[in-house]
Amino acid sequence: MALMGVVGMGVMGVGVAQNLAQAGHRVVVMDRSADTLEKGRGLLARNFRMSQMFGGPRLDVSAMMNAITLTADLGELATAEIVVENITENFELKRDVYRRLDEICAPDTLFVANTSAIPITKLASVTRRPAQMAGVHFMNPVPLKSVVELIPGYHTSPETLDRVRTLLKEMGKQPIQVKDACGFVSNRVLMLTVNEAAYLVYEGTATADQVDEVFRGCFGHPMGPLETADLIGVDTILYSIQTLYENFADSKYRPCPLLAQMTDAGLHGRKSGRGFYTYNRLTAEA
Amino acid sequence: MGDYTAETINDFIHGRFPDAAFTNDDDIFSLGFINSLFAMELVMYIEQKFSVTIPNDELKFDNFRTVNCMAELVHRQALPAVGQ
Repeated sequence: MALMGVVGMGVMGVGVAQNLAQAGHRVVVMDRSADTLEKGRGLLARNFRMSQMFGGPRLDVSAMMNAITLTADLGELATAEIVVENITENFELKRDVYRRLDEICAPDTLFVANTSAIPITKLASVTRRPAQMAGVHFMNPVPLKSVVELIPGYHTSPETLDRVRTLLKEMGKQPIQVKDACGFVSNRVLMLTVNEAAYLVYEGTATADQVDEVFRGCFGHPMGPLETADLIGVDTILYSIQTLYENFADSKYRPCPLLAQMTDAGLHGRKSGRGFYTYNRLTAEA
Repeated sequence: MGDYTAETINDFIHGRFPDAAFTNDDDIFSLGFINSLFAMELVMYIEQKFSVTIPNDELKFDNFRTVNCMAELVHRQALPAVGQ
């Protein structure tokens, strides 16, 4: 049974680890924060337990939990066949992690960057194995969303891409392969929409609920852009729109000041209990 | 007097969706304002509020479709098992 590595145990890391374990893999999840690991352990147990509620299989919770090892030591990823990296959307932070992974991991280990906006070629450039790296933009909640963006970097080899495709198939994912450009397809469009929706609230044109109701009621979207922002994380939205702004040097991506203020104030959405909406504290991580 | 459990659950849902109109017998998922993420919140709220642990076998959508279904689920957990 192949060992898979997961770096970062935030919302996406938990989802990826869960999905990998359900696909029959042994998983090592690394996060440098003991608190985040402990919180992640609780979320994993809860998500496995509630699998049936979301149309998934009935799972043996202890078997699933036993398949996952949590660690604060990046060294435990040394023998992983594939490492999926899910840390904060910040190039400098990701660069440091990839440099260390490149030193620690076996020469044939593949790296998968789970990023919402940072170009894969740019991330691969900090490693000595750009041919062994590809991008996958998983959607949240990872185990429930069956479609992902698959992004080869400039140097990604066909063998790497094949192996990543196989892994995605094992995870029940249908990849849509797109070229490597900041924000890919999904977030190039979505982040602008969320940013503009935040401006509507910032300028007092409409409340968050009114904005979302327009999208739900008029367009038939299951969730409005600001509910989606709370689900993704307001901080992640800000980092993504900043990444687009910096990469394209185009003022149309100018981040809404409300997103920055909410991020500074800790109003990060569901995960913090409050964002554009307020959530039950006990269930904030839902 | 109404069922306290049902009324408490009803209040929780109305607290989150103040404009939603539904009775305790309505399928709240078919009304469209509730998604699977809120279903997870409901499970956690019910377990915490009524100090019950819902067995894995009972964690099915059908047990959460209506407020009365959820109230019955809570009552089932509170009853002692037959033969004990």
